[in-house]
Amino acid sequence: MIDLLAAAESPEIDYQALAPLLATAGGALVVLIASLFAGRLVQRALVPALTVAALAVAIVFCAVNWTAGEADPIIAGALSMDTLTLAVTILCSIGGIVAVVLSLRDGAVETAGPGEYHTLLLASVAGMTVLAGAENLVTLFVGLELLSIPLYVLCASSVRDRRSLESGLKYLVIGSVGSATLLYGLALVYGATASTDLATIAAAIGDTVRVGDPLLLTGLGLTLVGLAFKASVAPFHQWTPDVYQGAPTPITAFMAVTTKVAALAVTIRLTAHAFGGLEAEWAPVLAALATLTIVVGNVGALTQRSLKRMLGWSGVAQAGYMLVGVIVGTELGLRATMFYLTAYLAMNVAAFAVVVARERASEHGDDIESLRDLGRSTPLLAWPMTIAMLGLAGFPATAGFIGKFYLIDAAVAGDYAWLGIAIVVGSMISLGYYLRVVATMWMGRSEVAVGDPARAVPAASGGSPETDADAQPEVVAVAILAAVVTVALGIVPSPLFDAVRDVATSFPGLS
Amino acid sequence: MDFSLSILVFLPVVAALVATLLPSRTGRWVAVAGSVAALAYVVAMLFEFDSSAAGLQWVTDEAWISELGIRYQLGVDGLNIFLLALTALLWVPAMIWAAHRETDRQKLFLFHMGLAETAVLGAFVAQDLALFVLFFDLMLVPFYFLIGGWGIGDRVAATTKFVIYTLVGSLLMLAAAVALGVLTAQHSGNDLTFSIAELAANPLPEGTQHWIFLLFAFAFLVKAPAFPLHGWVVDTYRATPLPVLICLSAVLSKVGVYAFLRVVLPVLPDASVHFQDLLLVFAVVSILYGSILAFSQSEPRLVLAYSSIAQLGFITLGIFAIDDLGAQGAVMQMVNHGLVVGALLIIIGVLTARAGGSASLEQMGGMALRAPVLATLFLIVALATLAMPGSPNFVGEILILFGGFEDKFAFAAVASIGVALAAVYGIRLFQRSMHHRVGPGVQGGDISRLDLGLLLPLVAVIVALGVYPQLILERTDAATTAQVEAAIEITDGGTATAARTDSEDSE
Repeated sequence: MIDLLAAAESPEIDYQALAPLLATAGGALVVLIASLFAGRLVQRALVPALTVAALAVAIVFCAVNWTAGEADPIIAGALSMDTLTLAVTILCSIGGIVAVVLSLRDGAVETAGPGEYHTLLLASVAGMTVLAGAENLVTLFVGLELLSIPLYVLCASSVRDRRSLESGLKYLVIGSVGSATLLYGLALVYGATASTDLATIAAAIGDTVRVGDPLLLTGLGLTLVGLAFKASVAPFHQWTPDVYQGAPTPITAFMAVTTKVAALAVTIRLTAHAFGGLEAEWAPVLAALATLTIVVGNVGALTQRSLKRMLGWSGVAQAGYMLVGVIVGTELGLRATMFYLTAYLAMNVAAFAVVVARERASEHGDDIESLRDLGRSTPLLAWPMTIAMLGLAGFPATAGFIGKFYLIDAAVAGDYAWLGIAIVVGSMISLGYYLRVVATMWMGRSEVAVGDPARAVPAASGGSPETDADAQPEVVAVAILAAVVTVALGIVPSPLFDAVRDVATSFPGLS
Repeated sequence: MDFSLSILVFLPVVAALVATLLPSRTGRWVAVAGSVAALAYVVAMLFEFDSSAAGLQWVTDEAWISELGIRYQLGVDGLNIFLLALTALLWVPAMIWAAHRETDRQKLFLFHMGLAETAVLGAFVAQDLALFVLFFDLMLVPFYFLIGGWGIGDRVAATTKFVIYTLVGSLLMLAAAVALGVLTAQHSGNDLTFSIAELAANPLPEGTQHWIFLLFAFAFLVKAPAFPLHGWVVDTYRATPLPVLICLSAVLSKVGVYAFLRVVLPVLPDASVHFQDLLLVFAVVSILYGSILAFSQSEPRLVLAYSSIAQLGFITLGIFAIDDLGAQGAVMQMVNHGLVVGALLIIIGVLTARAGGSASLEQMGGMALRAPVLATLFLIVALATLAMPGSPNFVGEILILFGGFEDKFAFAAVASIGVALAAVYGIRLFQRSMHHRVGPGVQGGDISRLDLGLLLPLVAVIVALGVYPQLILERTDAATTAQVEAAIEITDGGTATAARTDSEDSE
């Protein structure tokens, strides 16, 4: 036994490159240990602060390690901490910080226990880094599970709420089906190519295994289906609205964007590094799926009254838009997808922050009614929501407009002009529900004069607009900040363009 | 003197933004001052405008988003200078109208108005296709809020319909614009650019032009509005608050047809010629349909709604006659229609107040004796509407019909019927409201001084242009000719590419 261990050479580890991952994974342990100390201060302030610190440190490490160009995989070729992985880590860490801030007053933290809640959050971010950087099928699966399992628990963390439990259970069951499908696919790919290393698989395709090999193609198909579950690509999206609605809203805000970031990133890596030789096989299938996703997501959102369900369906549609950049398989497409992911993060955070604020202040929960006349009562929340909705719909002077412009540009340049049209048609349908939200906020009942009884609720009852906004300044701040970023990136997008260009340099193989 | 177009474009929105931070008594007049300053700026530009110079003047050209080849490129020539003037001129009465009446959330209203002015001015001066698309879409945002938040009756349904109709067009145009830029770059081997001049210099192969043309045409015809894409018009005209309707009807409707001249004809000349007859059919049907419906309406606003469809049909006819006279007439008519509709809407606003707030012609009538000044001004404007000789509309319509008769005799002949029909609805509107028996709810005396102050400048400009149309014609001549040049070469034979190579060879 000892001989056996001695024979297994431990791989050399580049700790500096690994630092962002160590920050989140290590942070998870620190938070868990810190939370063992009872005391209100520790539970209510220290644990969230440590979580934010761990994520902030991860972002700093990402910035320090940021070097354009292709990076060599580390840990014996298991993981590549290149600019794509770093970008994913940054976006997911920002999503994590937002989730922590939005959860500060959330009941779910109390019921689940602050230590567990925040540890799971950090573990999930670590999983996203691993998934996005996976250069090996085994790492890929480990990353996927590390991402998913904490999320199953977090969705159910509001344990006294039946809908939260339902959400967690549903996510667990469907997520496991997705994982199993993926694992089966990975096994078949391994069976066909005799390797779990992405580069070796790429070399084997067309060499030791022919392109049309049924084992390989089945494996590829099942792998993509597994990832489609995670990215909520139709027709594997059915869990999305239910899970989004039931989960605690800060968690919904977190996973709505970050799971898509990680899943799309790994799809990019897989298609570029392992299955580049099979582009003729997967591109048409994914193109069909993207079109279907855009249509299904937008049509599904049209009839929703619950804001969280609506954002869930719209997230399905947005995943379809972003998939277009992956399908074209070009550097331009990768850049456009990364740009849109960043813009989507900002817009979605703004929208969810407002939902969080209103959910706590109004008796309507996350129903669209909770926004009624918000433009008059709480403009500080109405403006971020308006900007988020207009951004998601692709109005100019927001990051959403530039992002769509970029995606259509990539689609046309990659000879998929019809996918550009699909994006446009999807955007048209989406006006139906995005504008309804805006109309509810601003056009509710402006003919009612100043003495409107809805505004005259005494401050003591908690219904006054002032207390509503003042009682949760951190949520309002997140909403405003995200809205400002949405507009700023729509007017001065150049810094983000530079960043996504760096990301694309990690994949010199793309045309 | 050197003018900065950025100042002109962003002045209104900055003033309106500052206004929101001030107390509402002073704030609202700051917002108005922004639009007045914009008008003063345009008037100064008009004096300095060099009508003999070819090409753009006072160009601003900066790289904005270099990754996407989008430039911040603004410029003025004979094609857009009068549309800028029209915009600035009409925004002033609209802003004052809104500012001196007590309105709910007034500063927010004025902010949206300022943003709208910026977006419209931006769309008129943009010389980069992507920038144009951006401003074109941006216009919708303030109008969406203005109609939905302050409108009359079923305002939310109306504004939703309006925005969805126009945004469907805009999004198709977005796809078309991106495709145009990318395919031109691939075709010519140059870097990606959306500069309209560059796109025009490297025309795409004819087959590719066709589908791009159709997407553009859809967007612009919805905006115009032209039959059969006018479904939003009636509800919108009914629900829109009056000052907003002034801007919407007089100015916004011109952006679409302006874009035909600015973008479509120079950049897609082959497709423009290919689809010429189709567009002419739309134009002529719009003229007849709009005119006929206009004289059966009982609400003055709807008379204007349908007459606008007809007038915009005339303008489209002038553009797609593909003839320099027609194009010049179209530009002239864009300005005329804006002035006349703006003036008519102010009159209708006054009349509605006099008729006890009723928007129906049935309730009006017999006001000429009680309000002689109003009646006189109304008569001048009404005569301009029906293109009486001596009015600027006469000059515009004659030029358009000349342009049409040259090559497309049948279309122009049918369109001439529209001129006669215009007389019917123009006179009917005047007669029903001013003469006829006195309406049951009619009250009050002549037009107030303030409303007169809003109306008089517009009427003065209409009269001045009627007396001296050369003011516009001289300055627009070079620019309009340049815009239709490429397409005319094709109608004369060959394709744009061939024609251009020929001319290069001969040089």
